[in-house]
Amino acid sequence: MSDGALFHRDRNWQPKGLTPDYKTSVVRSPQRALLSMNTTLSEETGPVFGHDILGPLDNDLILNFAQPGEMAIGQRTIVHGRVLDENGRGVPGALLEFWQANAGGRYRHKKEGYLAPLDPNFGGCGRTITDDQGGYRLRTVKPGAYPWPNGVNDWRPAHIHFSVFGPSFGQRLITQMYFEGDPLIWTCPIVATITDTAAVEQLIAPLDMNNTVPMDARAYKFDIVLRGRRSTLFENRMEGN
Amino acid sequence: MQKLDHLKESPSQTAGPYVHIGCVPNFAGVSGVYDSDLGSPMVQDGVKGERISVSGTVFDGTGTPLRDALIEIWQADANGIYAAGDPRGAGDPNFTGWGRTAGDSATGLWSFETIRPGAVPFPDGRMMSAHISFWIVARGINIGLQTRMYFPDDPTLESDPWLTRIEHQNRVQTLIAKQTGPHRFQFDIHLQGANETIFFDV
Repeated sequence: MSDGALFHRDRNWQPKGLTPDYKTSVVRSPQRALLSMNTTLSEETGPVFGHDILGPLDNDLILNFAQPGEMAIGQRTIVHGRVLDENGRGVPGALLEFWQANAGGRYRHKKEGYLAPLDPNFGGCGRTITDDQGGYRLRTVKPGAYPWPNGVNDWRPAHIHFSVFGPSFGQRLITQMYFEGDPLIWTCPIVATITDTAAVEQLIAPLDMNNTVPMDARAYKFDIVLRGRRSTLFENRMEGN
Repeated sequence: MQKLDHLKESPSQTAGPYVHIGCVPNFAGVSGVYDSDLGSPMVQDGVKGERISVSGTVFDGTGTPLRDALIEIWQADANGIYAAGDPRGAGDPNFTGWGRTAGDSATGLWSFETIRPGAVPFPDGRMMSAHISFWIVARGINIGLQTRMYFPDDPTLESDPWLTRIEHQNRVQTLIAKQTGPHRFQFDIHLQGANETIFFDV
């Protein structure tokens, strides 16, 4: 039974706050050290979401913003995988939210000014809740790369943003999924905020031909790992607490 | 030597400037996909405890408000019980304990309508002062920032087992909200600089 303190984050595996090549981080990163604390109930508990929040098309970005009878334009893509903890156990009931640009690299957002057009049938958001084994699946169109005002000619690789809720607020995670073989991955200052190549590789989803639907949609596999938990066996925790 | 079989946590990446599309799509103008944005309201009729409003602004190191931040909070109910995962029992059924909101796209101001939480025990059984846990993500923040808000009129602050572990006691005031009216609290967050908020690795 693992119901105790969360494993401490490996802050060398995770990106640092200050990563100057990603320019916005310069004034948005704390200058003082993070204060290390052991987790308490405040971090070891967290919100739980029921399937009643989900609509039938919530995990289908091809259809969930489209007019009746129409579909989003782009490379039809299934993304599937599991949410696990660091102990390798599937995390059931995890809420996953995802968002992305359309096939041309354009986001549907009022502050977005890229000249690639919006797709009238693509909104760009979706969500799902993992099954008993921690599995999940979504369907979308592969997002396009897009330029951003960082360096004079910086382009984000194709990516899908993921927001993940495990059972503990201290496991809260937002990350990005990249696509196997994209040469822009290794030029991107946001990817490079992660300094360990093995950690970057953990965010790259491989093409998964076994789960591709012939004549319909390609598939990519993307597993997500959340912080693990220790057993409470040896903790000085009062009975009932 | 045997190898440890732990997996590594997925690396975090910034939520980016368009986090709203995924987390508060109706706020972002992506309407018709979800009925409403998750995380609001936090309270339903019949909720126990003092209803309060908590608001503030997140500032960068130049003193400029972040106008693209997403703020989430998690807190106990009025009796100090969490809504889910609490081994001590079930929380107030009219209180979610979790809130999410975006800063205003022009001013950066954010706010939550919630209740004043009760105290929660530290792992050794001592009680922690009432607090609200914050998690802040935005463009330029590579990994979500964790902090806590405490209440200025709480008589237990000086003995709180968490706050008393902080070496630089002159920084503790960055975790204490200002009371700006009856049932109204202001909690500004400074990412960097002279008044830098304490952020935790927890």
